[in-house]
Amino acid sequence: MAAGAVISLQGVTKRFGGLTAVDGVSVDLVEGEFFALLGPSGCGKTTLLRMVAGFEEPDEGAIHLDGRDMARLGANRRPINLMFQSYALFPHMDVRRNISYGLEMERLAKGEIARRVDEILEQTQLSALAHRKPAQLSGGQRQRVALARALIKRPRVLLLDEPLGALDKKLREQMQLELKRLQHEFGITFVVVTHDQEEALVLADRIALMNGGRIVQLDAPRALYEEPRTRFAAQFIGLTNLFEGRAVAGGIEIAGLGPLQAACDLQAGSACALSVRPERIVLARDRMAEGYNAVSGEITDIAYLGQSENLRVAVDGYETPLSVCVAPDGQADARTDARTGAQRHRVGETVWCHWRPAHGRILTD
Amino acid sequence: MARRALAAHLALTYGFLYGPILVLMVLSFNRAGLPTVWTGFSLEWYVTLADSPAILAAALNTIIVAVVSTVIATTLGTLLALGVERRRQSNAVDALLFAPMIIPDIVLAIALLSFFTLLEVTLGLHSIILSHVVFNIAFVCAVVRTRLKHFDYAIIEASIDLGADRFTTFRRVTLPVIFPGVLAGALLAFTLSFDEFIIAFFTAGAGASSTTLPMRIYSMIRFGVTPEINAMATIIMLISFTLVFFSQRLNRATVSD
Repeated sequence: MAAGAVISLQGVTKRFGGLTAVDGVSVDLVEGEFFALLGPSGCGKTTLLRMVAGFEEPDEGAIHLDGRDMARLGANRRPINLMFQSYALFPHMDVRRNISYGLEMERLAKGEIARRVDEILEQTQLSALAHRKPAQLSGGQRQRVALARALIKRPRVLLLDEPLGALDKKLREQMQLELKRLQHEFGITFVVVTHDQEEALVLADRIALMNGGRIVQLDAPRALYEEPRTRFAAQFIGLTNLFEGRAVAGGIEIAGLGPLQAACDLQAGSACALSVRPERIVLARDRMAEGYNAVSGEITDIAYLGQSENLRVAVDGYETPLSVCVAPDGQADARTDARTGAQRHRVGETVWCHWRPAHGRILTD
Repeated sequence: MARRALAAHLALTYGFLYGPILVLMVLSFNRAGLPTVWTGFSLEWYVTLADSPAILAAALNTIIVAVVSTVIATTLGTLLALGVERRRQSNAVDALLFAPMIIPDIVLAIALLSFFTLLEVTLGLHSIILSHVVFNIAFVCAVVRTRLKHFDYAIIEASIDLGADRFTTFRRVTLPVIFPGVLAGALLAFTLSFDEFIIAFFTAGAGASSTTLPMRIYSMIRFGVTPEINAMATIIMLISFTLVFFSQRLNRATVSD
């Protein structure tokens, strides 16, 4: 167990019938960090969260909180709180009663409860809504009540199950900032479960990417995006272009495209893939000078997104078309310094796709 | 045109349903004891009712049976509904739960009588109460289950997560949320028990001490329909109607929130 770990999971495994939902997960959560469990549905992230909360017992392994074994300690006795995906507000209680419920369970003095409820209503900007019932609140307000109800318990760890899933896009962006602010203000360790990679990237200090019940990569958001270690990680976090081929000295040999340069320390001939992010690709009419990998192809699709343009390029000699993301209308783009010709791309146009060897990543798994 | 035809149809249906009851209610205020001639408004039949010890005793019996069987059936039926709704959906379980509602009363009455005789249970008010509990559990369970269809079970976990134990969670979260359904079920159970005749008749045993109001009416009616019976029927009707009305209202609130 690492020093400073609030929660430490060791070989935690959970089976439902013949299905292994969580498979030998070991991870330490650091005091005060914003941690994300990210993965597709069915990857075991919610089961893992429920085991930490105390609603499921691990079949194997142990969960420690501040060095104390949590086995056989019920959810109602753990200093951990969970914000439910549906928010699970009590429909028959107003906002104030919902929030004070957890403190009443601790049998605190009435005055103390009232003081702390007032304080948190203030912090979450809910004071004006204190006497509303959950049915009279908007989605964003309900979420703030759920958050206040959990935070008022001053838990060691706050677990959040798909916290922004039920909100529309605009509100979601606003609440992401709000969550970060509250986490900073309270200094509590937050663990968020999400299937939304963008949400994890924005919120978390560290992301555990899960698949098939295991953590496949544990990294800071930037490292997870820039240096994926598996095909799954590269494809789940953002978009990527994958070229399947065989390792050669200083790169990868792709059938139909020839050798492409990339940092590669694999034994020559072993199967691997090259991942290149769409925004790392620079388009040009003519093949550019040394220092780039280049493939030529024809633009088959252009999707205009306002701040950027997504293009598909059918590459000569390779089956899967390439995804390319560029600034629209050939505007200056810091990344595409070498770009030539500032005019609009058209479907049917023949182009060269360039990227620097350092921007490609060799993957084996 | 179609709209008018529909309105007429509705009026006829209501007339058919409520005409006889209306006649009965009006005649209960008829000064003359005859069912055919209106001779003026009077409350004397209601006074006669209140003066009859046999009728008052039967009314008391009916209220005891209805209250006690409602309390027992509501408790058991609610717990049953909670248990059944948390299980995986099963047609067999559902069918067995619905059965007591659709088994003909006469069949249930004979079955219960045989059962009590077999176990050598003495008959009386207690055996009527037990018998009413049997079918009322099914009704309460059905009503509470409709409430539970819209129940977010996450609030139970939320309560536990916030530090409550199972019992506190039931008392402060589960029960208050499903309470409109429970109350609707209880009102329905009370109404059903209050005017139930066949099963009470079979399981009451001999002796006037366990005669309920519907049984009393039945024995009186053998000498013809008297104005007191009209008065009594009117009172029972009003009680039943009021209870069912509130039960329906609670149920509607259940579904819409």
